[in-house]
Amino acid sequence: MARHEVLCPLPGTFYRKPAPDAQPYVKEGDTVKPGDTVGLVEVMKQFSEVPADAAGKIVRFLVENEGTVEPGQPLLVIETA
Amino acid sequence: MKRLLVANRGEIAVRIIRAAHELGLEAVAVHSDADRDSLAVQMADVVMPIGPPLAAKSYLNIDVLIKAALDSGAEAVHPGYGFLSENANFAQAVEQAGLTFVGPTPEAIRIMGNKSLARETAARAGVPTVPGSKGVVATSEAAVAAAAQIGYPVMIKASAGGGGRGIRLASDPEELRKQMSVAQAEATSAFGDSSVYLERFIQRARHVEVQVLGDGRDVVHCYERECSLQRRRQKILEEAPCPALSPDTRRRLCESAVRLAKSVGYRGAGTLEYLYDEVSGEFFFIEMNTRIQVEHPVTEMVTGVDLVREMICVAQGKPLGHSQDQIAIRGAAIECRINAEDPDRNFMPSPGRVSEIRLPGGPGVRMDTMLYAGYTVPPYYDSLLGKLIVHAEDRPAAIARMRRALNELQVDGVKTTRALHLRLMDEPRFKAAQFDTTFLEGWLSAILPS
Repeated sequence: MARHEVLCPLPGTFYRKPAPDAQPYVKEGDTVKPGDTVGLVEVMKQFSEVPADAAGKIVRFLVENEGTVEPGQPLLVIETA
Repeated sequence: MKRLLVANRGEIAVRIIRAAHELGLEAVAVHSDADRDSLAVQMADVVMPIGPPLAAKSYLNIDVLIKAALDSGAEAVHPGYGFLSENANFAQAVEQAGLTFVGPTPEAIRIMGNKSLARETAARAGVPTVPGSKGVVATSEAAVAAAAQIGYPVMIKASAGGGGRGIRLASDPEELRKQMSVAQAEATSAFGDSSVYLERFIQRARHVEVQVLGDGRDVVHCYERECSLQRRRQKILEEAPCPALSPDTRRRLCESAVRLAKSVGYRGAGTLEYLYDEVSGEFFFIEMNTRIQVEHPVTEMVTGVDLVREMICVAQGKPLGHSQDQIAIRGAAIECRINAEDPDRNFMPSPGRVSEIRLPGGPGVRMDTMLYAGYTVPPYYDSLLGKLIVHAEDRPAAIARMRRALNELQVDGVKTTRALHLRLMDEPRFKAAQFDTTFLEGWLSAILPS
């Protein structure tokens, strides 16, 4: 079992869901594969989806919804097989 | 009126503070925690903090802004563009607090600021409109049904939108279903209102818009702006006048805008956006922006009318400062939007610290910006750093002047769109004024790395 951190590609605001009243893209305990959307970063009014870059189970999120993020900051931890 | 609160940030806050000062008014700047060091804060006479960086909690927070206005001793509120500038509830809250809203009545914003109601109003005023849905489409299935009547491709537009935000294109029912939820989510995030409507997408059209000014009794126009050069429906360069209009078309277009604005008793500065089909010579009203616009300076340069100052004057209850026959076009003006974006990396936003800046000057050059050396551009708001505007005796001279001014402009520390505008100045189709709203994206994909 290895732990993999998904890093934030951009500075801005991190969202865990596609819209304020929507369900989160993924939650802790979910299984993801590379390319699955795990969050959204808003920078200067542009929205970029953040894809998982490893396969595995999401252990936990390290950033709250609407949290301020910096490039390279770990967003969540995936437990890889 | 002695003190004016500016409910905005960035370059437009600076622009409004300048107008206030010229009128002998004190200016109140509001700022989120991310904007403590802004130029507007430095220029203002009174400064009010309004909360965290996230716009929803600061610049979009009506209660906090009203409290800031009352606490600051301001008698009036100027909303700028974006944020709450087209929010009728905000205008109403300002009035209910006993303050003056620098803009139209809440009622006029509700009618004209709501793009679907505005279309109905235009039709009643005898102004042609693009085929579209009858009002808001609430669900994907309602959208698909409406699109079958309108014909594809269709645009999904945010009812509370403007500035090109929250617009999506769909070529078939499947794409429409997919884009509907995204468009509604974007509308909620950007404007706090998920309502969207549909409109036929007219291919090969020019985007031409008419500037109007009203005092609640009379309305005048300040002619048109050509705004076809857009990327993802965001304007990047605007000019006045539109080089494609005949004098007769210009007259009919501008008169239709005045007719529509008069029909709602319009007060303040407003812009009526049209699509112009250069082949048939037809124009279609698409929407009205019930606020000052980013590109207002090109109109100020060719007409000599100070639009922001006029807005404040009519809000004070004064009649319009110019009659229609006093307003004429002199020469040509161009505006280039200098954005913190990297054109070589798909226009990736580039916030950060501006280490050095040199502004262009000389005859016919104006730069509206909030930048200064050492300023850190925050990542939370839009990427507009400033607008470089030139005015000259005709369009070729304005292009030459813009090229010269762009060469003088230096912004270090963040990526900008400056060099891209320089290339555009040498593009033969731009120089010949032969373009439509599809031109820029095609040109960009040909010259930029994919």
